[in-house]
Amino acid sequence: MNVLLASLPFYPLVSFLLLIFFGKKLSWQLAATISVSSMAIAALVSAMLLVDLSVSQHQVMTVNLWHWFDLSSESGNAEVNVRFYLDGLSAVMISVVTGVGFLIHLFAAIYMKSDANFSRFMAYMNLFIVAMLILVLADNLVLLYLGWEGVGLCSFLLIGFWYQEKANVLAARKAFIVTRIGDTSMVIGLLLLFNTFGLLNIEAVTTLAKQANELTGGQNTALGDDIYWIALLLLGGAVGKSAQLPLQTWLPDAMAGPTPVSALIHAATMVTAGVYLIARMHGIFLLAPEVMNYVAWLGALTLLLAGIAALAQTDIKRVLAYSTMSQIGYMMLALGAGAWTAGVFHLMTHAFFKALLFLTAGAVIYALHHQQNLFKMGGLLKKLPFESGLFIIGLICLMALPGTSGFFSKEAIIAQLWSSETAGPMLWWCAILGALLTSIYSCRLFFLGFLGNCRFNEKAQPDKSTLLRSALAVLALLSLFGGLIPLDLSLVFTMATQLPLVQGMEPNWLHTVAIVTPFIGILFSWFYFKSYRITSDVATKHVLPINEGRLVRFCRQGLGFDSFYNSLLVKPYQWLAQINKNDIFDQFIMLNVWYVNLWHDALILVQNGSLRWYLAAFGLAIMLLLGVSSL
Amino acid sequence: MLANLAPIDSLFYFAGLVAVIASLKVVTGNNTVHALLYLVVSLLAVAVCFYLMGAPFAAGLEVIVYAGAILVLFVFAVLMFGLGKDETSHAPQNKGLANMFGAMVLAFALLIEMVIIINNGDMQQSLQANVIDSKAVGIMLYGPYLLAVEIASFLLLAGLLAGYHYAKPDLTGGAL
Amino acid sequence: MTSIPLFHVLILSSLLFVIGFIGVVARKNTLFILMSLEVMLNAVGVAFIGAGSVWQQADGQVMFILILTLAAVEAAVGLALLIRMQKKYRSLDIDLLSQLKG
Repeated sequence: MNVLLASLPFYPLVSFLLLIFFGKKLSWQLAATISVSSMAIAALVSAMLLVDLSVSQHQVMTVNLWHWFDLSSESGNAEVNVRFYLDGLSAVMISVVTGVGFLIHLFAAIYMKSDANFSRFMAYMNLFIVAMLILVLADNLVLLYLGWEGVGLCSFLLIGFWYQEKANVLAARKAFIVTRIGDTSMVIGLLLLFNTFGLLNIEAVTTLAKQANELTGGQNTALGDDIYWIALLLLGGAVGKSAQLPLQTWLPDAMAGPTPVSALIHAATMVTAGVYLIARMHGIFLLAPEVMNYVAWLGALTLLLAGIAALAQTDIKRVLAYSTMSQIGYMMLALGAGAWTAGVFHLMTHAFFKALLFLTAGAVIYALHHQQNLFKMGGLLKKLPFESGLFIIGLICLMALPGTSGFFSKEAIIAQLWSSETAGPMLWWCAILGALLTSIYSCRLFFLGFLGNCRFNEKAQPDKSTLLRSALAVLALLSLFGGLIPLDLSLVFTMATQLPLVQGMEPNWLHTVAIVTPFIGILFSWFYFKSYRITSDVATKHVLPINEGRLVRFCRQGLGFDSFYNSLLVKPYQWLAQINKNDIFDQFIMLNVWYVNLWHDALILVQNGSLRWYLAAFGLAIMLLLGVSSL
Repeated sequence: MLANLAPIDSLFYFAGLVAVIASLKVVTGNNTVHALLYLVVSLLAVAVCFYLMGAPFAAGLEVIVYAGAILVLFVFAVLMFGLGKDETSHAPQNKGLANMFGAMVLAFALLIEMVIIINNGDMQQSLQANVIDSKAVGIMLYGPYLLAVEIASFLLLAGLLAGYHYAKPDLTGGAL
Repeated sequence: MTSIPLFHVLILSSLLFVIGFIGVVARKNTLFILMSLEVMLNAVGVAFIGAGSVWQQADGQVMFILILTLAAVEAAVGLALLIRMQKKYRSLDIDLLSQLKG
């Protein structure tokens, strides 16, 4: 039994248990040490596992922890075990989760130092890591679903961490409910999968699906239909968790949580769970090309929609949230086009630079005494040089300027779009447009926040802790040079190599356009957002008017999705709840009470305390008894 | 049946009639002492009935104990403690029979029922001619019913104590 | 001495009983209720004596003696309670004793 692999989720689990039970009694040092060191150990173990994996047979390692339960179907019993499966894909995921997670935990330990509920926070963060590790290491869909639900729970707990504020609780509730819709779709997909194949073990299901398809030569429409629906339902689950259309409304509101939470959950790891699911179930998806087309289109549309929305935001974290949504759209686009390795590569690099961006934004917000409105910031390049430098690094990776890790991953995606069977030229143009939008909103963000007049009146007080800065520096290094990490997932996606690439139909200027696009965006923003970036000596320099035009406001509110869902779903439900205020079913039960009370009121008249009435009742009873007995 | 009735038996019916009328007067009376006296008359009439049924000892007891002791007790209580004034606050004196309407209906129905039942039963015997004198009763009392006599004496003791206790002058002013 | 049918004796008994019942149920004055009770007890005695005479046994009269004892005790206790009631409520209205109502 591979103890190293089996023990991986247990380090943060032990830390979680210790912090939950003894949290109130631990000092900050002790709590921080426990939580961060458990993450450090986990990161170390993942590194060791990576090394082991590269020398192992078939590049796959499994370990069976225990037998969970049996599922019985018409074709016999299917075993559901708690079993971990490590291949190239899971290895990438665990490295990202534990590595970036460790850096974020380190940052969070110092960032949240003054919070009264520090141990609870770190406990929830550790629990999240446990759930995420279970999700990516699971070898069957039931265990994966366990991890899935676990990350949803931790997301809820962490978004609503400062639960005394109503807005935070509402945001957490919204996140939970919207992802729950996706989860339900996924469960139905799982049930359908079990119904079709009788198993829920991922490897086995993939093999079975491939064999079944080969046997019938692709002609079995019933099986094809089943697989289509399974893939579609799994896509629904992925869409919910990864905040893509149409379930993307929860992510901007989730920024109500503390910044390390936004960095860890809503940038680097949880929102990529959907991407992981699709990559893991690639066997099923490859057998349903129409669904892959949907995936690509959803990814592209989210990409554009989020980019447009990001152009109109005033809160620094919301810009980054929409940016995350947009970049995950890229990953979905990649997966939909069949560029599996490229999608996962982008997942990894995105984790690096997005975590960097969020954490730096957190440091900036902290330095400005919790000011998050971009229109009240400005000129931070001079005031907070270290943070600005890191932010610049993050942004250039986001814009995919040549040489950065973002560049390598984005180019890898865009390169495969034109000639993919399930994508095509239109989606390629969408990707280019998306890259343009990315660079424009990144520049806008930078100009508003870091250049221009200093609209922030008080003194900026950055946190100069060395540990904090070193964590950020490591992330910056990873963002810059992470693109050089070789990612060989060909053994994982063996079926994918069957997708033929239509050669010779690609125009030569594809790559050139792709590389030049960010620069076009920068040039455009340089002139369009001139008013943001110039410093002037005018007396009104402390005030920058926010564009409140109707179109801009519409974009700021997420392109009307929130109000649409509100009028479509929320209002009717509230109306229903209002008319059922007295609860029909309860009234039905209360009929019983009414009936009993009626009899009570009737019978109470008999007990009037008058002796003569009682005697008369005696007489009546005797008369009746005699009558009955003599008949 | 009425044909071979000895003249002495018609006295039975007459005494019965007197008893019924006197009881009616008791029940519908307003004056307490008058009602008690009517009750005495009723009891005396019933004593006559007993004698004619061949139970002279019972007749004697009826007169001596029932009419002579119990009702005299009633009379004493009424006269000594001023219970004679009918102070019911809600019943106007001249309503008369209207008050009793419901009770009369009920009682009438009960009577009809009892008569029907008695008629349907195997009750066609007549009373025997022999007299059961005090000697026979005494033998019974001292024989099989000895325990009953003793228990009756307990009952009388209890009644005595209760009567004494409750009728005491009210020293402490407690509840009823 | 006689050929009085038992039936007639029992009719007399029921008649007296029912008259006493009317009195108990319809009168408000507690003293009258007690008197009507005596009438009812008496009626029962008639029935017993008649039955004893039919079967030529002294048991009927013995039963009558016990009823008599009972009536005596009941009259004594009842009157004593009546006296208390008079002292407390200044009236003998039985409807005043309705605290066990409801």
